[in-house]
Amino acid sequence: MIMDKQAKFRKKIEMKRENEGMELGPHKKQEMGEIKLSIRNLNFFYSDKQALFDNTLDIADKRVTAFIGPSGCGKSTHIRTYNRMFELYKGFRAEGEIWMDGINILDPAIPALHLRRKVGMIFQKPTPFPMSIFDNIAYGLRLYGGYSQDEIAGRVSKALQDAALWDEVKDKLHYPGTALSGGQQQRLCIARALAVEPDVLLMDEPCSALDPIASSKIEELIGVIKEKITIIIVTHNMQQAARVSDYTAYMYMGKLVEFGATSKIFLNPDNKDTEDYVTGRFG
Amino acid sequence: MKMKQTKIWGDLIFRGLTASFASGIAVIFVAILLVLWNQSQPSLEKFGFSFLFNTSWNPVKDNFGALIPIVGTLLSTFLALLFAIPISLGIALFLAELAPHWLRAPFGTAIELLAAIPSIVYGMWGLFVLGPLMADYVQPFLKTTLGFLPLFSGPSMGIGMLTASLVLTLMIIPFISSVARDVFLMVPQPLKEAAYGLGGTTWEVVRDIMIPYGRKGIAGAIFLGMGRALGETMAVTFVIGNAYHLSWSLFSPGNSIASTLANEFTEADGTVYLSSLIELGLVLFLITLIILSLAQYWLRRSQAGRA
Repeated sequence: MIMDKQAKFRKKIEMKRENEGMELGPHKKQEMGEIKLSIRNLNFFYSDKQALFDNTLDIADKRVTAFIGPSGCGKSTHIRTYNRMFELYKGFRAEGEIWMDGINILDPAIPALHLRRKVGMIFQKPTPFPMSIFDNIAYGLRLYGGYSQDEIAGRVSKALQDAALWDEVKDKLHYPGTALSGGQQQRLCIARALAVEPDVLLMDEPCSALDPIASSKIEELIGVIKEKITIIIVTHNMQQAARVSDYTAYMYMGKLVEFGATSKIFLNPDNKDTEDYVTGRFG
Repeated sequence: MKMKQTKIWGDLIFRGLTASFASGIAVIFVAILLVLWNQSQPSLEKFGFSFLFNTSWNPVKDNFGALIPIVGTLLSTFLALLFAIPISLGIALFLAELAPHWLRAPFGTAIELLAAIPSIVYGMWGLFVLGPLMADYVQPFLKTTLGFLPLFSGPSMGIGMLTASLVLTLMIIPFISSVARDVFLMVPQPLKEAAYGLGGTTWEVVRDIMIPYGRKGIAGAIFLGMGRALGETMAVTFVIGNAYHLSWSLFSPGNSIASTLANEFTEADGTVYLSSLIELGLVLFLITLIILSLAQYWLRRSQAGRA
């Protein structure tokens, strides 16, 4: 049943893509390679107030896509639709389509709990859970169940290695997660997200609460983990967007002003507003 | 230069003033302890340590023991906490996390208002409403279902240990639930979102994130309720039965330290009688002190073990 549905959706999106390939320009499709997420006409409402207007773009698989724009432009609102985090709050709603692997993830028939396993999230401030380092990482695995103790232990150490935290914490896995420094806590959260092997990782200003050294470690880490998963990062730091991302979306007042390869957005944008923003003349 | 001088003086005066207020608490604390100790002397000399283990309370023979009121105080408090903690945490979670927004403020205020009802009103309600209900329905029901336990045997009189515990439960629920609600509201939203983001359900987020995060505050809320239950006088006096009688049955009447004092202070004519009552007050003071200190110590240690 689900497979059927998936196949049907996949066909539909294929056709959609072909149609819209024209719209986005044929060169774009070639240069992006595999597409992980296709966002079509995404509108978002905080009760009566509309916060996103017809956002349409494709997110490349196993690449880093950065969202930039002035505060309040809807960057966070936009990426929080990818795991339907907004559903926790009454009156928030999204319209439009977000296609992932042939499924419209905004479809209410898709359980948010399943979606969130595929789409992990990192927040502005580190969010270590009130438990030990080990349990923090194991938490997601235990929620899903079906792992033996050995498997959990193996995945915990692997996730910590992937998040470049293993050497710093391997002797104190039983310490509380809150005992780590801010940068370590953020890498702990990344390890926790990686442990359940998501396809997509959303990062909502992951470095804004960190010092420059801790930030550069996170950036380094993004460069490594993007080999395995699709990363979407919201940032206020334009240098950071330029350093870590392959594609950049510039948003303003809930609208997607320009989207393209990061080098193009920063060096040769089509839109005057984008140019003003990335060169620091505005925002 | 001169301005600086005045500023320093101002600070010094302010500091002295606040320090004297704060030390006033310590002085009162010691003074109460000393007075109780002093006035208890006749009883202390006569009964010594056996006062704590003696089940007799006989003004005619001048033979006084504190065991029954001590047991009554501890048991009614324990039962009240047993009932009130899960209910209060449920209320707090509902108000902080689950209730629709328009319901939260009126509901929260209503619960806080329960704390403002004078305890004598609770006592009268317990005597005239809850007691008969217990005697007619609850106690017969418990006897037919759980009557094989000695806890639920004996005549259904309505008033007694169980009824007193239920009234206490009702009285401490507002304290525990309103403090616990504030604790739950302080759990950072991103922390909850992070757990939801891993695919947690509401219950899993509550159990694994919110309750552990608010551990210390919840313990504080429970201590607040416990302190209140230990010392509650009027409401308990109405419904506990005021009998010097030790029984396994929760239906049978008993007594607590506070209700003994309330009932008998005016009647205490003999020196030893009066002094025994004062010693009872000393015992309550020490019980409360010891329990709350132990709770603090345990909390600090469990906190240190984690931090």
